[in-house]
Amino acid sequence: MAKLILSMDGLVLKEINLTKERTTIGRKPHNDIQIDNLAVSGEHAVIVTILQDSFLEDLGSTNGTVVNGQSVKKHFLQNNDIIELGKYKLKYVNESPAGVAKAADFEKTMVLRPGAAKPAPAPAPAPAAPPAAAAAPAAAKSFGDTAAGPGPATTMPPASARPAVAAQKAAALQLLSGANAGKELDLTKPLTTLGKPGVQVAVITRRPQGFFITHVEGASFPVVNGKPLDAQAHALNDHDVIELAGVKMEFFLKA
Amino acid sequence: MTLSGALEIASCTDPGMVRAHNEDSIASDGRKGLVVLADGMGGYNAGEVASGMATTVIITELQQLLEKSPPNETDPASGQLVAHKLLHEQIAKANTSIYQAAQSQPQYAGMGTTLVVALFYDNKMTVAHIGDSRLYRLRGDELKQITKDHSLLQEQIDSGVITPQQARQSQNKNLVTRALGIDPTVEPEIHDHDTQPGDIYLLCSDGLCDMVGDEDIGLALQTLSSNLKLCAQHLVQTANDNGGRDNISVILVRVLRDFPASRGIVSKLMGWFR
Repeated sequence: MAKLILSMDGLVLKEINLTKERTTIGRKPHNDIQIDNLAVSGEHAVIVTILQDSFLEDLGSTNGTVVNGQSVKKHFLQNNDIIELGKYKLKYVNESPAGVAKAADFEKTMVLRPGAAKPAPAPAPAPAAPPAAAAAPAAAKSFGDTAAGPGPATTMPPASARPAVAAQKAAALQLLSGANAGKELDLTKPLTTLGKPGVQVAVITRRPQGFFITHVEGASFPVVNGKPLDAQAHALNDHDVIELAGVKMEFFLKA
Repeated sequence: MTLSGALEIASCTDPGMVRAHNEDSIASDGRKGLVVLADGMGGYNAGEVASGMATTVIITELQQLLEKSPPNETDPASGQLVAHKLLHEQIAKANTSIYQAAQSQPQYAGMGTTLVVALFYDNKMTVAHIGDSRLYRLRGDELKQITKDHSLLQEQIDSGVITPQQARQSQNKNLVTRALGIDPTVEPEIHDHDTQPGDIYLLCSDGLCDMVGDEDIGLALQTLSSNLKLCAQHLVQTANDNGGRDNISVILVRVLRDFPASRGIVSKLMGWFR
């Protein structure tokens, strides 16, 4: 479950579990999290929690709400976000299920039945006008994106989905024969095809474990260091020489 | 009616890197133009049972029924397209089978499954789906998601609570709002789509699309389109390289040529007078 840790000047004051659908933050005593400080508005902000996700919304406060140094109206909270309200800090802690021992249970697909455990309504019906107005164009935009279909161009690749690849060494091919001899080809994409379509094609895949070459089509298979490959993927080592569709090339890792 | 030679189908299913069981189930019949993918849920092996029942019931029943009733015709009794009627009926039948097994046997209590079915006929396909298993289409260099998940996240995206980008960070994944076998009745979402030679269709469980971005899926379909089997294996491998937190299933269907329905003599005559 997600929680907030309230602190001031590095001193932890309180831990608050986000059990409620709406957790209000403000100076007045009726708030779920009361912060008695003049820099905090009477009704400053609200955190709407929908199952495992929490959204922070500023309720038109005088001094604004800052998350990780940026002023926000509405914000989808991520683990370790720091919310600043005047001199006070609220740290949002929501350990991702992957880091929890019972990961498999969390990941399992479950049915959300309409009758039981109804998900919280959209956090739009906030009392203050500005956040609602701010939410409206966002809603229209996201709906438009959906209608258009998340094509390759519009959708950002998930940052979390490609962990090791970014940290991995770069590699390239240098052509040793043929018309373009001497040219270099950087292997930056997850998949790079080589050869002539319809004649002989192989693909080099960039994986966390390294680079691999696999036969894709054609009667003859690629040759690496003088040995023809079979249908299986073959791990490439620095300075391997590949022969494909009559062209020789050298694979090498870049510093 | 047979579609042999019109479609090329390749598939791959894998438990992933974390799970011991594979609760996904896939089936296909190229001659009948039928592909089915189900992602089961429920304790112990109940998920496998539910998804297995769904694919078995739907593929075996439809194989027989399609022999007798061409899917492109209109059912005289209901006025529905035969393809829609058959899919509705067989999904209802699978739902009842799973629901009754779950009710009568304690070890299967609460089991259910997602489902995505595509039936190809007469230069088009009818897609029925329930839950968050998806169908994508690659046409030219554009990858498009054809089905819309029945999930909490999709509902939140539709109502503007979160953006599709934020949805990738959400921890509320895997919450489906519709599933087969959970309630006595279920309403599948059924739509028709035109097909073109060269199209590649991808049916997949959430184990693929949660782990691999649309951009990488599109790149794989484009670059490896000449070797569908390798392409399916590559997609599963990429999901596993990225963590493989769930079971991963992939079915790829390539449209090789046009496959118009062979019209009867009566409808041909009707066509002349129209």
